[in-house]
Amino acid sequence: MKYIDEFNDPVLARRLFDEIARITTRPWAIMEVCGGQTHSIIRNGIDQLLPEEVELIHGPGCPVCVTPLGVIDKALAIAARPDVIFCSFGDMLRVPGSERDLFQIKSEGGDVRVVYSPLDAVRIAEENPDRQVVFFAIGFETTAPPNAMSVKLARDRGLTNFSVLVSHVLVPPAIEAIVGSPTNRVDGFLAAGHVCSVMGSWQYGPLVERHRIPIVVTGFEPLDVLEGIRRVVAQLEEGRAELENAYERVVRPEGNVPAQAMIGEVFETCDRQWRGIGEIPMSGWRLAPAFRDFDAEYRFDVGSINTEESGLCRAGEVLQGLIKPNECEAFGRECTPRNPLGATMVSAEGACAAYYQYRRLEGPTEVGVSVG
Amino acid sequence: MCLAVPGKVVEIRDDRGTRMATVDFSGIRKEICLAYLPDVEVGDYTIVHVGFAISKLDEESALETLAMFKELGILEEELGVESTEVGGTAS
Ligand code: SF4
Repeated sequence: MKYIDEFNDPVLARRLFDEIARITTRPWAIMEVCGGQTHSIIRNGIDQLLPEEVELIHGPGCPVCVTPLGVIDKALAIAARPDVIFCSFGDMLRVPGSERDLFQIKSEGGDVRVVYSPLDAVRIAEENPDRQVVFFAIGFETTAPPNAMSVKLARDRGLTNFSVLVSHVLVPPAIEAIVGSPTNRVDGFLAAGHVCSVMGSWQYGPLVERHRIPIVVTGFEPLDVLEGIRRVVAQLEEGRAELENAYERVVRPEGNVPAQAMIGEVFETCDRQWRGIGEIPMSGWRLAPAFRDFDAEYRFDVGSINTEESGLCRAGEVLQGLIKPNECEAFGRECTPRNPLGATMVSAEGACAAYYQYRRLEGPTEVGVSVG
Repeated sequence: MCLAVPGKVVEIRDDRGTRMATVDFSGIRKEICLAYLPDVEVGDYTIVHVGFAISKLDEESALETLAMFKELGILEEELGVESTEVGGTAS
């Protein structure tokens, strides 16, 4: 149990592990739907330190990983245009499209820029009135309010050279799709704390009731994750199915109301493809009709694009918890963070990259190698 | 991109009608939008995600989380400090 010493509070970590072991009498499968939690679990070996009966399944919690291939290909087509400055969060640069990635477009002379905030993209548009500036607006509910604000500000400031390529995804419909699937093995969920800090925890109540499944709002630090797991196991062992909040220092039941209002104004709900999983009804946001002028898909003609996924990649099965990353034949051979075949190997929050970073390179000196 | 980092609000100002702040993350300072946390004051701690304050939090939890980010060596990465292409983010 050497790893417990590496928790920032080993005494508390030990107590939580002991308590989980004490109450566990049967096998349970718990899914986290948050890339930060996946990363935390693998980095700290939480999955290995839990009693054998408690299995953690790493769900589709990394927005970079589930952004559909068709959208990536559209991004690549737009970014390659000479009149365009294409702005993106850094972790999208190596996500493989059908043939290339944004990094390659950049090295071939495309003006691709990494931004920290969507407002940086708005500023770039103001500074370059004779260029078209496109921001790649992806992410879960946490990223949506910032992305929505960039569109709103661009409109208020009369910018005609700013647009967004939107591909937002939503957690509750994904949980619905997973529990509703005939192959579902999940007994309880950790809900992503930061998503809930924006949307509130109220969204998860109906899921708990409809499927009689425990959902615990959980932070992403190792002790937060452990506490979330402890509460899910306690509910399962006692035959309860409730919505609990184990991240009260950040998450209020109602969430961030001004942020939700902005989302409601700028976006509308739509069906969305999830890379590796397929279409999930009403699981995404796109720009509302009133903001169509800012939609990069309308501004640039990128209508029909033929997509092609690597034949080796099993990311879809990884994302649904059907296999673990190291059960994929390409893992660590054809597919590495430097040369990823699937999106789950790209982002540090993707399950394949997390496994590669912390399990294959297990020596203490190698832990911390960046996969960026 | 997924993680949100806590920081301390050290200065608040208005930029063409949008409430903006300078937020200190363990020594790294960034320009952050406060539009979604209208009641935040100088001295408060807030969780920041891609340049926006999304939730308040108490000082003790904020400092603990920041220490963890630093120890993991991911503070700079999460704050986009390496992205030198964009002038404004690298300070
Ligand atoms: S290891 Fe690579 S090829 Fe295999 S599922 Fe993961 S991303 Fe796909």
